[in-house]
Amino acid sequence: MTLRKISKEQPERFEFTQENLDEANRIIKKYPKGRQQSAVMSLLYLAQKQNDNWIPLSAMKHIGKILDMPYVKVYEVATFYTMYNLTPVGKNFVQVCTTTPCMIRGAYKLVEACKEKISENENEFVKEKNCSWMEVECLGACINAPMMQINDDYYEDLDKEKALKILDQIISGKKPEPGSYRGRLNSEPENNRKTLLDVKNA
Amino acid sequence: MLKLKVNEIEVEVEEGLTVLQACEKAGVEIPRFCYHEKLSIAGNCRMCLVEMEKSPKPIASCAMPAADGMVIKTNTPKIEKSRKGVMEFLLANHPLDCPVCDQGGECDLQDQSMFYGIDKSRFKENKRSVPDKNMGPLIKTQMTRCIHCTRCIRFATEIAGVPELGAIGRGEDMQITTYLEQSIQSELSGNVIDLCPVGALTSKPYVFEARPWELKKTESIDVMDAVGSNIRVDTYGWEVKRILPLINEDINEEWISDKTRYACDGLSNQRLDTPYIKYNGKFEKATWDEVFKIIKSKIKNTSKDKIAGFVGDLANMESSYIFKEFFDRTLDTNNYDCRTSNYYTNINERENYLFNSKINGIEESDLIFLIGTNPRFEATILNARIRKSYVNNLTKILSLSDVGDLTYPYKTLDGKTKTLVDIFEGKSEITKDILNAKKPLIILGESFFKLQSADFLFNLIKNFLTNNKKISESWNSLNKISTDASTVGSLDLKIINEKGNIFENLKANNFEIIYLLGQDNLNFDKKNEFIIYQGSHGDKGAEIADIILPGAAYTEQNGHFTNLEGKIQKAFKASYPPGEAKEDWQIINELAEFMNNRKLFNDKDELESSMFNYINLQQENRVLSDQGTASKNFAESENLTVTYKEYYFSNVIARSSKTMLDCNNSKLETKKTGTDG
Repeated sequence: MTLRKISKEQPERFEFTQENLDEANRIIKKYPKGRQQSAVMSLLYLAQKQNDNWIPLSAMKHIGKILDMPYVKVYEVATFYTMYNLTPVGKNFVQVCTTTPCMIRGAYKLVEACKEKISENENEFVKEKNCSWMEVECLGACINAPMMQINDDYYEDLDKEKALKILDQIISGKKPEPGSYRGRLNSEPENNRKTLLDVKNA
Repeated sequence: MLKLKVNEIEVEVEEGLTVLQACEKAGVEIPRFCYHEKLSIAGNCRMCLVEMEKSPKPIASCAMPAADGMVIKTNTPKIEKSRKGVMEFLLANHPLDCPVCDQGGECDLQDQSMFYGIDKSRFKENKRSVPDKNMGPLIKTQMTRCIHCTRCIRFATEIAGVPELGAIGRGEDMQITTYLEQSIQSELSGNVIDLCPVGALTSKPYVFEARPWELKKTESIDVMDAVGSNIRVDTYGWEVKRILPLINEDINEEWISDKTRYACDGLSNQRLDTPYIKYNGKFEKATWDEVFKIIKSKIKNTSKDKIAGFVGDLANMESSYIFKEFFDRTLDTNNYDCRTSNYYTNINERENYLFNSKINGIEESDLIFLIGTNPRFEATILNARIRKSYVNNLTKILSLSDVGDLTYPYKTLDGKTKTLVDIFEGKSEITKDILNAKKPLIILGESFFKLQSADFLFNLIKNFLTNNKKISESWNSLNKISTDASTVGSLDLKIINEKGNIFENLKANNFEIIYLLGQDNLNFDKKNEFIIYQGSHGDKGAEIADIILPGAAYTEQNGHFTNLEGKIQKAFKASYPPGEAKEDWQIINELAEFMNNRKLFNDKDELESSMFNYINLQQENRVLSDQGTASKNFAESENLTVTYKEYYFSNVIARSSKTMLDCNNSKLETKKTGTDG
């Protein structure tokens, strides 16, 4: 991991939409008066969602002003956490888990799919596809390995073919159904349950 | 009081102190990088580890509060091993460039690695390299050397009040930077160089100039403003290489302003090193005898009330005093003044022109009312104290006029003198605030004294404070911020033309000879006056002069300065005047001898003791009640606009300094690009 640099191209202005502003105010209210700076992480995430999955400098300034805190302090937080993207990643941000369990189950096939469909290199924003992909560490869905995360949704139990199909749909602007692609409900055993059969809602 | 045992030594410390402070009290030195008395505790360098009984692991003594009955050990093998471990980690990524590092010789890391470092490295990987950051024209960065103690961040946020420094990234990739690498917008930024325990932040103007052990160190007093910060002047041969702060808890704590620190390169530019005479509008070099002869004949042919003298902003008290004596005894006239215009100055009582609450008193105050002053630029160190008071006690701060960012929030009134009258006649809400405050602080700036009704307002304020017991033995809430180092000293010496109208005569070109002792800020159109300029730098004063007498700057002569609180301090000679130039008192003494065949004083000691006698005599004989002259009427409401000299160009030394020019330009640039989005 190296220090993530901010994007060279920065939009002039950023402002929360009315909807997000209300949400921001609701978050700020959770904290005692004078401690409103605690809301900085939630607000950064809100800004990231609003702005196609990345946080421009003007958004940090906007948040600094809302929370009455120095810009550099917002900047510190934004550079500290890896889930904040400081450069454009596209409206469809694909994260492929390549930690051991997924790797064993063929995560690199998904990486190949991404290379074919999106771009040769990771972290490369393809403007016409409005998309980019990157390898990430464990996303905590090892039972459904291999998997990838697109924006807020998990796509699980994949192989190269399925991944290619999903990526095709994503790029063409559709939203494929998230979840397991082998017909499982969440992470239940593949050929029905074998234990806890007497418990109804297990 | 808490009782602790440190290495078998029993100590008693107050509650709220840390283990590290307790150890220091026991006389045990603890190595540290991130801990600093004046800053908040970070506890991230881990160098101060000590062993505590009942604790399985060593503790960071700087962050651990002392408790009753603690048994601390600092000299066990375990502690030595853990400190060595910490040091090894710090050195893993620290470059081995001490031979080309400006911090070399005064580097905490270098010193402490002499005790805790090991002679070889087990770290075989590549060292981390960090791109250097821009922090403005004063601070040179070499961020690979940074050990992330965060002292600079804490200083900028807490003391300077400009939260522009931060640590971005994390872990191995953590980097200290200013926000988007803009220069730091503070007049105290130079202090981070002293705070940096390694060579990451070093002085840009001083880069590769000298090694600390080659420099001659002289303790002295600063003259860039009237605060009288204690400084150390480091010289290499003749040249003043750098200026560092000395600790004086009553005045500057351990900070100095950027002007104090960096104007010193002005001491070697634009210097007057030989006497000059102006022939047909051109200066020509001359000898001391020649210029003295001309001055003598000019003075002999001029009636004494056509001669005037002005003392400048950097003159020490000895020079001012002998200048006054020269006028009183040799010329027999009292046409002299230390001001630049005829603004209201009441020297009947000493408290009328002093910062009576003392700089330390600011911290105790519970209400601060600024009238006609911008302390950030007029007295930077004092402003840092006001900020400290605000940070510690959330002191309420008011200002009559809006003076921009002072690094702390304050409430602005409408800036009209009518408002002042209302407040101090008891007709305003703020009156109650002042009355309810235990230790209010009314700070009057020089802009206030330049008002037309300053006389009336000053007496109104003073009477109000006296009547309401805000001026008493224990607390005097009346304060004036002087801006020049010489002001209070000159007023103590009564270098002021009270009755006469020296400034009207000056404007009307009634004088035939004008003697300027380092006075460059006079505002008048020269006609046929014969002007003698005595000073160190070729500036406005020298430009209009007919004769130039080269004098010495503050680092080149011993001399006393009285700071704005009225504290007399001595500045010591660190260097000597260049070329033919002489110390100021010597020039006047020799001129007097040339004219009357009699020296004013036999030597400096005689001058000094005579000066102190005079001051003591003045203070005993002060006329106490002279309220009769105060005008009774409030003419009309005026707008109080706060004017002050441009911070980076406030005196001849700063104006000759290239560094100050750079600072000013960098500030302008930031304004142009705009930091607000």
